[in-house]
Amino acid sequence: MNRLARYFQNHARAFFSSLGRLLTTPFTTIITVLVLAITIAIAASFYLLVKNTAQLSAGLEASNQMSVFLKQSVSDQAARRLAQQLEQRSTIAEVKFISREAALTEFKLHSGFGDALNALDQNPLPAVIQVLPAARLGEEQALESLADDIQSMAQVDFVQLDMQWVKRLHSMLELAGRAVAILNTLLAFAVIFITGNTIRLELQNRREEVLIAKLVGATHAFIQRPFVYTGLWLGMAAGFVAWLVVTGVALSLQTPVTNISRLYNNQFNILGFSFTEALAIIAGTATLGAIGALMVLYHQLQQIKPQ
Amino acid sequence: MITFDQVSKHYPQGDALSNVSFHLDKGEMAFLTGHSGAGKSTLLKLIAMMEICTRGQVLLDGQNLNRIKDRQIPYIRRNMGLIFQDYKLLMDRTVFDNVAFPLVVSGYDFDQISRRVRAALHKVGLLGHEKKYPLALSGGEQQRVGIARAVVNKPKLILADEPTGNLDPELSAEVMHLFEQFQQSGTTVLIASHDLSLISQMGYRIITLNQGSLITEGKQ
Ligand SMILES: Nc1ncnc2c1ncn2[C@@H]1O[C@H](COP(=O)(O)OP(=O)(O)O)[C@@H](O)[C@H]1O
Ligand SMILES: [Mg+2]
Repeated sequence: MNRLARYFQNHARAFFSSLGRLLTTPFTTIITVLVLAITIAIAASFYLLVKNTAQLSAGLEASNQMSVFLKQSVSDQAARRLAQQLEQRSTIAEVKFISREAALTEFKLHSGFGDALNALDQNPLPAVIQVLPAARLGEEQALESLADDIQSMAQVDFVQLDMQWVKRLHSMLELAGRAVAILNTLLAFAVIFITGNTIRLELQNRREEVLIAKLVGATHAFIQRPFVYTGLWLGMAAGFVAWLVVTGVALSLQTPVTNISRLYNNQFNILGFSFTEALAIIAGTATLGAIGALMVLYHQLQQIKPQ
Repeated sequence: MITFDQVSKHYPQGDALSNVSFHLDKGEMAFLTGHSGAGKSTLLKLIAMMEICTRGQVLLDGQNLNRIKDRQIPYIRRNMGLIFQDYKLLMDRTVFDNVAFPLVVSGYDFDQISRRVRAALHKVGLLGHEKKYPLALSGGEQQRVGIARAVVNKPKLILADEPTGNLDPELSAEVMHLFEQFQQSGTTVLIASHDLSLISQMGYRIITLNQGSLITEGKQ
């Protein structure tokens, strides 16, 4: 038999014998797979969360607009006058005035909280002047000094730059993305250590067998092969279970999310895992399992010496 | 086949072997004897590369074992059959799987394994017991499984450490007779045993150790 065929036969043997071994201790195997699956499911959920938020915020374009919220005490007439004054300025291209009444109507229409607002005897919403500055989006200094200027007026409660909160949102999302990346790296290490520990215990149980294998001329590669495949199987099974669980959760959230998004005149579908992503999860965790096994084996196999 | 050249093995607790020199020819059979703690097992372990000597050198087939790299050890062990007093069988594997183990480890294909395992079991008189587990066998039969495993690879050298230590005189004689047969077919055999009455009547060379020193070589 040529070397290549022998090599593949050795691997096939280790591949299936390690699976067979895992199945002879179903309880331990299931517990290990579940512990790993929970770890991976946490990582996968965070990934999905970031992916969906990114989808949601992708539609939000930063603009140079600003919203000027007026104090409650300002009457609609005074507010309208203020809007006209502002429109005269050279630094402002256009204004749109939203009276307290109009704000309330619009809010009732879109928010779904109409009934709650009806219960109030007073309109809680302020009048708003939407200002489209002459300065463009990139000219931050001009925009900010205009905002400061308007803010200092007596009738004005506060000024909100659209640019600012979109920027804030994006940087918050970026931060969240980074936090998730760090967390998922930690969880990947957890997967490595959990499989490593399982393999270490398995190695202890089979210490005698390893000793005898060494005495009859087994190489390290031969001895460690079934253990590496054990790690691979555990990772693969756990990855699959995690994918199943997180996909199930995403699907079960789809209907309530659709209902809410319809209230906001918005068509939002939860994004699940693509086929490639599912494969990546399973292959990735299988790899982590094998790495965990290799890490432990490298060290432990040196320690087991026939005496 | 085997040359010890002024070999000493030192343990923190004391010397297990001191300044031992002897030579064993290819195809020769010899006994290694001495009271308990004399250094018999240590001497065999040096040949099997389970230990490294502290001084001197051990040559196996002309190779200096002090200079062997760790990754070469498995390939050298495939040319030797090791037999132990406590058999060292895998209790959760059948007789067939136990005897086949050295062949599986060396990557033989199934047809070859099956043929060679049956031949080895035939030699030790255990053909037909392939599917049994070691615990279903008597001590003598378990040791014969151990011997079948040691010879299944057709090794050039057999090392046995007290192979009859757990057997009654009759079974012991049977096992020793098996070793004679292997020697007759060209294998070098070195057996550690303190059963002087058994080995002295067999007429082979006897190497005697006393507190780590070689006292007789038995060579005429
Ligand atoms: N691993 C070891 N560590 C320390 N001392 C050992 C070790 N192995 C053997 N010895 C000591 O070396 C001496 C020889 O032991 P051994 O070779 O087992 O003798 P035998 O097999 O002839 O009974 C004994 O004194 C024993 O205590
Ligand atoms: Mg001994």
